[in-house]
Amino acid sequence: MNTEGVDGETRFFERVMAAGRREWPVLLIALAATALAFYHPAWAIAGLVVVVAAIVLRIVVAEAPESTQIPVISSARPETAVTDHVSALDLAAAVPDPLIIFDATSALSYANDAARRAFGPLQEGMPMLLKYRAPEMQELLSSVIGSSDGPRRVEYVERVPVDASYLVTAGSIGAGSGLFFLLFKDQSEARRIDRMRADFIANASHEMRTPLASISGFVETLRGPAKDDPAARERFLKIMQEQTGRMSRLIDDLLSLSRLEMKSHGKPAEPVDVRSVVQSVIDTLKPLAKDLSVAIHTDFPAGDLLVSGDRDELFQVFENLVENACKYGQTGGRVDVSISSQGEGGQQQIRVAIRDFGPGIPEEHIPRLTERFYRVDVQSSRAQKGTGLGLSIVKHILTRHDGRLSIKSEVGQGAEFTVILPARQVA
Amino acid sequence: MGDRPHIFRAYDDELKNLTWRIAAMGGQAERMVDRAVTSLVNSDAALAQQVMRDDAMLDTAQREIDEKAIVIIARRQPVAADLREVIGAIRIASDLERVGDLGKSIAKRVVAATQVRQPVSLFRGLRGLAELALTQLKDVLDVYASRSVENIGSVRDRDGAIDAMYTSLFRELLTYMMEDPRNITPCTHLLFCAKNIERIGDHATNIVETVYYVATGEQMPLDRPKDDKSHRVTMAPTTETIG
Repeated sequence: MNTEGVDGETRFFERVMAAGRREWPVLLIALAATALAFYHPAWAIAGLVVVVAAIVLRIVVAEAPESTQIPVISSARPETAVTDHVSALDLAAAVPDPLIIFDATSALSYANDAARRAFGPLQEGMPMLLKYRAPEMQELLSSVIGSSDGPRRVEYVERVPVDASYLVTAGSIGAGSGLFFLLFKDQSEARRIDRMRADFIANASHEMRTPLASISGFVETLRGPAKDDPAARERFLKIMQEQTGRMSRLIDDLLSLSRLEMKSHGKPAEPVDVRSVVQSVIDTLKPLAKDLSVAIHTDFPAGDLLVSGDRDELFQVFENLVENACKYGQTGGRVDVSISSQGEGGQQQIRVAIRDFGPGIPEEHIPRLTERFYRVDVQSSRAQKGTGLGLSIVKHILTRHDGRLSIKSEVGQGAEFTVILPARQVA
Repeated sequence: MGDRPHIFRAYDDELKNLTWRIAAMGGQAERMVDRAVTSLVNSDAALAQQVMRDDAMLDTAQREIDEKAIVIIARRQPVAADLREVIGAIRIASDLERVGDLGKSIAKRVVAATQVRQPVSLFRGLRGLAELALTQLKDVLDVYASRSVENIGSVRDRDGAIDAMYTSLFRELLTYMMEDPRNITPCTHLLFCAKNIERIGDHATNIVETVYYVATGEQMPLDRPKDDKSHRVTMAPTTETIG
């Protein structure tokens, strides 16, 4: 005998009983009408009308509180008519921090724009218990849904794709509305500044040591053996100048990377025309390309090429990539820059491909190029005045823009760096 | 679960409960992997101990999910989408349990691998690999939450990037071992750690295939990039490294 089935049926029976207890006025009227009908058949018609009226009334009463609309906040004083027009949704949309409203099954009812920007696509009905899986968030959500205590707070850290940390407050909205809220207060900045300081010191001290050691070596030589040798002095001073130049470039790059890492949680949202950015990058780099005797060929399509982002940062991305292509692909004598726009999975993408015809990059280095201070060939990188941070900066900016960098290369065939950015949605 | 509820609401609740359990388990697994790698990079033995303890929770969660799923099958005789949901839950739970085991195995190696201070660049590579695998795991579980299978393609393709990164790390670790025999012990441990992280990416790919099946009722086409190339990496000792 299957006891599980009995269990299910008992529950069904219980539910019928519960409904009976709730619907007692209707049942009573129906019973009275039946009794009257027995008393005299003429009463049957009147009884029927009363029963139907009772049922209709019951349905109307039952519908009202189950409405899924988020209740309109009504003002305490009815004469202030202005706040009567402000709905809870307007209020939630005006909150600058991510705010999410969900029901007792943790299904999403509403998410404001800040929430969508911070946590990506959030569809209505999506269970928040499935979206926020970190153990502390799970505990927070289930404790809020389970009880009617005041709001509770936890700290929530997201590691990937960008490091973000939030102070999350959760609680129920009103009494018995069956709705709950999650409010995220962004704390990433404070944490990031701490980390940045530590990282900066570690990286800077490591990378500064080499040029510093060489400068101090030359100073020693200049004071000692080379004291009265003008030719050597001239040569050494030139090397020292190069080394200090390298150190200052390194500091510039480190600062720019740290700044980027610090703000990578807020996404830039101005409309930027990719074509004009790429064109101005190429104009800026023309003299360099001429010096290296590299010809830059372009292939831009007609039509809108808008993305959401920060113009200066995107300029830096393309500047780094085109400059790399000119420097490291110099032997090919040619760099192709092409832009194309294509749809993928319903989302329009803009791809900017920068192709050089130089020596190419060995396969084993490709996945690691965007690591800080990773160099395929230390000698050639130093010769080209590279700091080992350029592609790391590119990757950071693209992550901030929801974009990607794809690298294809074969030894002897040159290399192709493709920037893939989501096209700006036409509102 | 279809769009319409079942006649017995308890059935809907049971199915929902199952997906919530999977999500909670996923959150635990993500946390474990993140902590395991952090403990390795910072040579934090206390954190590693905690990761090893946490694995028991994941094992229990998997057993509970299995039990619930079996009970649903016995009680409700699910068909179509419901059946796929239940079977999917069993499969995803076992993948997540493996992810937890791999995290635990990384944590176990922390002490041995970090006895001698390793070059920073080595850990940077490992951290990068772990970040790729964790992003993969997060995206996969997000797809499970939203059921938006149209984004699945890019998730599965990223497995290729993890494999390439692993091959590159493999080569680098071999170089360190050849440079100095004292590196062999820690580097071998790190090699296993890297392999474990790479396996986590594979499990994430498995999960995404299951999710696709649950959502659509069709199997994903079999064109996934299965291989890393580390089995082809060889390094002949050169006079430079010996002398």
